[in-house]
Amino acid sequence: MSTDDTVLALRGVVKTFPGVKALNGVDFTLRKGEIHALLGENGAGKSTLIKVMTGVYRRNGGIIALDGTEIHPANTGDAQDLGISTVYQEVNLLPNLTVAQNVFLEREPKRFGIIDWRRMNREARELLLGYDLDIDVTAPLNSYSVAVQQLIAIARGVSMSAKVLILDEPTASLDAEEVASLFNIMRDLRDRGIGIVFVTHFLDQVYAVCDRITILRNGTLVGEYEAATLSQQDLVSHMLGKELEKAVHEKVGQAEAQTRETLFELNQGSSDVLEPLDISVCAGQVVGLAGLLGSGRTELCKLVFGVDELSQGDAKLNNQSIRFSNTRQAVVAGLGLCPEDRKKDGILGPMSIRENMIMALQNKRGWWRYIPMKKQRELAEHYVKVLKIATSDIEKPINQLSGGNQQKVILARWLAAEPKLMLLDEPTRGIDVGAHAEIIQLIRKLCDDGLGLLVASSELEELVEFADKVVVMRDRRKVAELSGSDISQQTIMQAIAGQS
Amino acid sequence: MNKKFLPLYVTSSLFVLLFLVGSVQFENFGTLRVFMNLFTDNAFLIIAAIGMTFVILSGGIDLSVGSTIALSGVIISVLLRDYGWHPIPAFAFVLVLGTLFGAAMGAIIHFYQLQPFIVTLAGMFFARGLSSVVSEESVPITHMFYDNVAMFGFELPGGAWLGSSTIIALVVLGLAIWLANFTRFGGRVYGIGGDAQSAALMGVPIARTTISVYALSSFFAALSGIVFSFYTFSGYSLAAVGVELDAIAAVVIGGTLLTGGYGYVVGTLFGVLIMGVVQTYISFDGTLSSWWTKIVIGLLLFVFIALQRYLVRRGTKA
Repeated sequence: MSTDDTVLALRGVVKTFPGVKALNGVDFTLRKGEIHALLGENGAGKSTLIKVMTGVYRRNGGIIALDGTEIHPANTGDAQDLGISTVYQEVNLLPNLTVAQNVFLEREPKRFGIIDWRRMNREARELLLGYDLDIDVTAPLNSYSVAVQQLIAIARGVSMSAKVLILDEPTASLDAEEVASLFNIMRDLRDRGIGIVFVTHFLDQVYAVCDRITILRNGTLVGEYEAATLSQQDLVSHMLGKELEKAVHEKVGQAEAQTRETLFELNQGSSDVLEPLDISVCAGQVVGLAGLLGSGRTELCKLVFGVDELSQGDAKLNNQSIRFSNTRQAVVAGLGLCPEDRKKDGILGPMSIRENMIMALQNKRGWWRYIPMKKQRELAEHYVKVLKIATSDIEKPINQLSGGNQQKVILARWLAAEPKLMLLDEPTRGIDVGAHAEIIQLIRKLCDDGLGLLVASSELEELVEFADKVVVMRDRRKVAELSGSDISQQTIMQAIAGQS
Repeated sequence: MNKKFLPLYVTSSLFVLLFLVGSVQFENFGTLRVFMNLFTDNAFLIIAAIGMTFVILSGGIDLSVGSTIALSGVIISVLLRDYGWHPIPAFAFVLVLGTLFGAAMGAIIHFYQLQPFIVTLAGMFFARGLSSVVSEESVPITHMFYDNVAMFGFELPGGAWLGSSTIIALVVLGLAIWLANFTRFGGRVYGIGGDAQSAALMGVPIARTTISVYALSSFFAALSGIVFSFYTFSGYSLAAVGVELDAIAAVVIGGTLLTGGYGYVVGTLFGVLIMGVVQTYISFDGTLSSWWTKIVIGLLLFVFIALQRYLVRRGTKA
């Protein structure tokens, strides 16, 4: 069944949830000393497969063998004891414990039966120095940024990985430099014989570090491939099960832009956290916001939407001066915001798809003008159809949908309120390739309908694809504005890096 | 110094301040005797509140504490009077019973994913009802061993007294500090209070820890019931009504966050002492109604909750 260098072998693994077969006889083979990408759209079964491997879920059928012996991990603790450690997509550490405690939880060094704090702190510090993190390990975890926390989570996972390390989208909150150092660590571990499972939706990262690729679709195995021989195009079509169509978007040139009326304007506007800057959006124009993590993209969106107050300068919508002291005024004026942190700021988890959708419209009308239930249902049914939201029922709680579908519901929420200007902060974050393409098409369609769009994104490829104008941010100030044919990944990158 | 100890500094300084105010105002207030009496009078509350600290640190609550105190007192007194038991096996019996009672509540909370508030509220009614079933009347305790234990202690300078109750409370305190901060169990309790889901993914055994936390709290409540019977020399089904709320107040005043994950056992000791010193002040004054204690405690609670809110806000911003 397994060759000598196989460390983890899954054969015919089945996992069912009430009404759903999440994994249908999946095989997966991880060798010693390899980095193995596990790819698939959302809902393909990646997360379920990982959770089965790490003992979060128990499989309903099939075999999991570690070093040739069958294992039945009952919880993550079991899996850790067996030598399988996991770093999850969202930082799954304990915010209230110290950094050192987080690194060593459940395997604290002891002396005479009590926890040896001094040794624990020293070892945690040494470990983190290996990741260029020179921080106070006795401080609580939540005193550090998400990126640092993610590195700590990785350090914990790596330091525990006796045999198998599973990285579930670990790079989401890391910048390019941190990703590069993570990759170095991964290569180093590989050379030491550890098998690494790497889940990501950044395809270029797959090619940068992975040796082999396993692709899942709809809970079944599509195939296992050598990274070196699988082209990116084939990879995507394997994931989607269809050819990806690439429509070319007609960019609105500079000349044309001048003829259009300006929809929104910010003149030397600044908030407490942003340097003064100018920005303008025309009707039917997509303005991209590029920049690294923490460059001020999100802050700019918040400023425009009235979450943060304008401390100087002025803002105009349709040539009328506007000044929001709360977000409701922004909604009433015709603005909409799809926030970056969908789970925290976007969805109302336990509420239904319908309730989530009518939220903005109801807010705009005011609470005393209740939208009749019939109208609510019509609206919800309409958008479920138009945006191809995969759900059987509009009364289903939104947190049961996949990330991509949740994002579509949020979009529908604003579309129902008929905004003039939409702000999309990382609209495709954590969304699989298929839904990604749909959301981008949707963005284009919206601007054809005359909506102004301001889209912040860290994916340059995506910005190049749909933006008519790109504003580049760095260190909380605007450093460049590119438009029309000047927009390319190259030019944006140069602007971000500070070269002109 | 370290920011995370700030609530602890506030609590301990407040205690010192209140004690000083009393000492300046009244003769004989600022003595070792009054200080030690704070322990003697509140030993049972210290023990119960320490158990509560673990529950609250883990993000839960235990409303059954007061009833458990009454129940263990009633059972001991009935075992002694009607069944002729020696106190020591009776103590062992209520401690085991208490632990099992808490473990059962913990298991229900964990396996049925129920709110600790509701489960322990049910536990509170159950224990209170059961103590009335065992004996509705107050049952006096008359046993040589009781007299000996209650009288046991050491004379300190200035007529102060280090009694058996205080010794037990201090031993419990030491044990609790060891458990909370120097064992793996302690880390798990803080971890679950911080984020139970993450803790589970990091390999923390949630079921075992949750059950242990409630078992520990009820064990301490039963022990508190034993200590309580040392000064009442009786078991009464309506004793210690509302002690769970005093315990919660002491924990919160002691700087432990009601939502779990932050706080220290030592803080709880100071929480109880602050409540004790307010009470002592009022009895020294003589003109004030003893209900003023409740009013002051209420105000202090508000202040501490507001302080915590402020610290949490500032903490997450930084």
